Amino acid sequence: MIPEIGHFALIIALCLALLLTGVPIWGAWRRNVAAMSLAPGLAVGMLVFVTISFACLATAFLQDDFSVKVVASNSNSLLPPIYKFSALWGNHEGSLLLWALILSVWTASVAMLSPQLPLLVLSRVLGVMGAVGVGFLSFSLLTSNPFERLLPGIPADGNDLNPLLQDPGLIIHPPLLYMGYVGFSVAFAFAIAALLGGRLDASWARWSRPWTNVAWAFLSLGIMLGSWWAYYELGWGGWWFWDPVENASFMPWLAGTALLHSLAATEKRGLFKSWTVLLAIFAFSLSLLGTFLVRSGVLTSVHAFATDPARGMFILVFLALVVGGSLTLYALRAPAVSSRVSFDWISRESLLLVNNVAFLVASLTVLFGTLFPLIMDALGAGKYSVGPPYFNAVFVPLMALLIPFMGIGPLSRWKRDSAARWRSELAIPAAAALLCGLTLPLLHAPYNPWVALAVLLGGWLVLGLARDIWWRVRGAASLRQGLRRLTPSYWGMVLAHVGFAACVIGVVATSQYSIEHDLKMGPGDSEALSGYEFRFKEVASVRGPNYVADEARFEVWQDGERVALLAPQKRRYLASGQVMTEAAIDAGLFRDLYVAMGEPIGDRGDWAMRLHYKPMVRWMWLGAIFMAVGGFTTVFDRRYRRQRSGARAATARGAQYAG
Amino acid sequence: MHPIRKQRLLIVLFVVLFSSAAVGLVVYAMRGNINLFYPPADVAAGKAPFEQPIRVGGMVREGSVQRSDDSLAVRFEITDFQASVPVVYEGILPDLFDEGQGAVASGRLNGDGVLVASEILAKHDENYMPPEVAEALEQSGYDHKGQPK
Repeated sequence: MIPEIGHFALIIALCLALLLTGVPIWGAWRRNVAAMSLAPGLAVGMLVFVTISFACLATAFLQDDFSVKVVASNSNSLLPPIYKFSALWGNHEGSLLLWALILSVWTASVAMLSPQLPLLVLSRVLGVMGAVGVGFLSFSLLTSNPFERLLPGIPADGNDLNPLLQDPGLIIHPPLLYMGYVGFSVAFAFAIAALLGGRLDASWARWSRPWTNVAWAFLSLGIMLGSWWAYYELGWGGWWFWDPVENASFMPWLAGTALLHSLAATEKRGLFKSWTVLLAIFAFSLSLLGTFLVRSGVLTSVHAFATDPARGMFILVFLALVVGGSLTLYALRAPAVSSRVSFDWISRESLLLVNNVAFLVASLTVLFGTLFPLIMDALGAGKYSVGPPYFNAVFVPLMALLIPFMGIGPLSRWKRDSAARWRSELAIPAAAALLCGLTLPLLHAPYNPWVALAVLLGGWLVLGLARDIWWRVRGAASLRQGLRRLTPSYWGMVLAHVGFAACVIGVVATSQYSIEHDLKMGPGDSEALSGYEFRFKEVASVRGPNYVADEARFEVWQDGERVALLAPQKRRYLASGQVMTEAAIDAGLFRDLYVAMGEPIGDRGDWAMRLHYKPMVRWMWLGAIFMAVGGFTTVFDRRYRRQRSGARAATARGAQYAG
Repeated sequence: MHPIRKQRLLIVLFVVLFSSAAVGLVVYAMRGNINLFYPPADVAAGKAPFEQPIRVGGMVREGSVQRSDDSLAVRFEITDFQASVPVVYEGILPDLFDEGQGAVASGRLNGDGVLVASEILAKHDENYMPPEVAEALEQSGYDHKGQPK
């Protein structure tokens, strides 16, 4: 019964989404206040019914209702309850439902948290989000119904969740990632609403900026969690593979980063208006493309369409409608919003432009590398694969090229600045960064020029920011007072830029300094790795809730002291018989020690072992967390809150005259 | 110059600069870093290039896996039931690598026709077969689990 309620709630949600698309937009067109006022209620209604549907599916998973097909194929009675719950989104149908839920959360949030928005704009924004909702809800209902029953012939037990997904990281990774992906639909909806209204002014940018920042922050966290999960769960110590699924989430992030900065210029200076709209469309289209790539099965093979052509075709058509429709609208409306503002060569605007071009080009090259094998396969030109070397060779230089400009950005001035001022402001940070770059890598022998370059670039960013903060608090009575005077959006920017610097240093240091030994070891053997001695003590059998495992026990010694006990496992899951490697990691700010088991060799109890020493690998995840916290911080800026007071009155006025 | 026109020039300059840098990088990176898939039959027929990065996929031939006693070196054959390609690899094999299962090896063919692999990929779960492998097997008249049709 419960699955049927869920199914029914999903159908009602689709009907509400259809109404949300039609009525408010019609109302905005005819200036019908009653029709427009329905929008927030419909948005909340959509959230309520999608939530009911989601709760029903969650109940089916938690109660082991194996008559529901997705439960039978993705869960098992032995699975711990928390994984039963997260198994909900460990499959195609359930993850689409999660997509729809998060979209309704964003839509309802826009409806509830935007009292400052004129009703006319709000109804258009919600209408566009409703249209996206229609797309996804009908995709879910028509091609991938999560509530499909297996009747008759209910299996006695489920097939189990893929053991790779039985992990705490995977409980929160997809929701965070989707919060980011889907969050860009808000920026997209604001852009489309602005195009519909024909008014692209600074207020449009101010409204959509906090939403975009939050979506971007979520996406950063989601990507970071995915990378961290791959590191400890896949059992070979890699943290980024340029795998198409990773690229699918990384491309919207790159476009979103460009969008954030372009929105800044649009809000503060009324510049790049059409460009910002285009970026908003682009970022959301890449989110949809990512969903398409991951969900349609096109990645396993272009011919996977043949196994379920309906799904792939549906998303492809939806993608074509969204991209084609919004670009057509853009072509019709954008010339009407061209800007008449000018700026100098040497100014913050130019630097933001560098940022935009760099991130856009980066996302296009990643897009090209991701789609190239698909295009070649579709053309019958052979089965190519584009591997990490391509992406590294293209992406790393682009980012390195960007950082010198990024260091100047925060202390540059709008409209007109002078090279002489930049030189005098940045001479000390430049010298200090150079000093750091030359000396700090000496702490880790042998001296590595790439790490030196990364420290130089990272130092340039951080010291430039330090100089800027100092310059801003200099006039205040006390340091504390001066720091308090800085706005949340400024702090957000500082955090995000420092996080980026930490990421750069972490990525380069861990890539350059990592030591990896794959070798055959028996109990009693030991192996030295960069001053650490790994002593293999014994292998024992252990039993978990739904697996049995061989556990290798290691002691790690350094300078006569025991620094860590590591116990990697080789698990065999009972339901599926699948074998999984569980790495053991001793984490630290400056180094990780990593042990994973390969396979048993010979009959004397020897094992293939993977021992890693990975310096500063945590820095890139910490950096990503800093970036995300920075994104969240900006929302607390007073200028977003101030507009709320007395905005209700303006809402009615806006309905009459705006647009 | 008119300020707006100057601004446009600036934008165009940035775009041209970065995109030509990007195109240059892409072309450079594409030259050595993409690799093409060959079924074992094509390798045996001499269609695959020597000493260039390629991928070869099929089933790991039953009884072909030989491990070294004192290192992680391993030697096995990948077959599509028409021809077999010998592969040598040193390192840890993926969890689901086994005889009679699908695998893809990427590496370079040496002068003796042996694939010196730098990476071995196996399926991620029981039912998955790398799509190239499924297709290669299909062509030689076997289904995706390696059973004759």
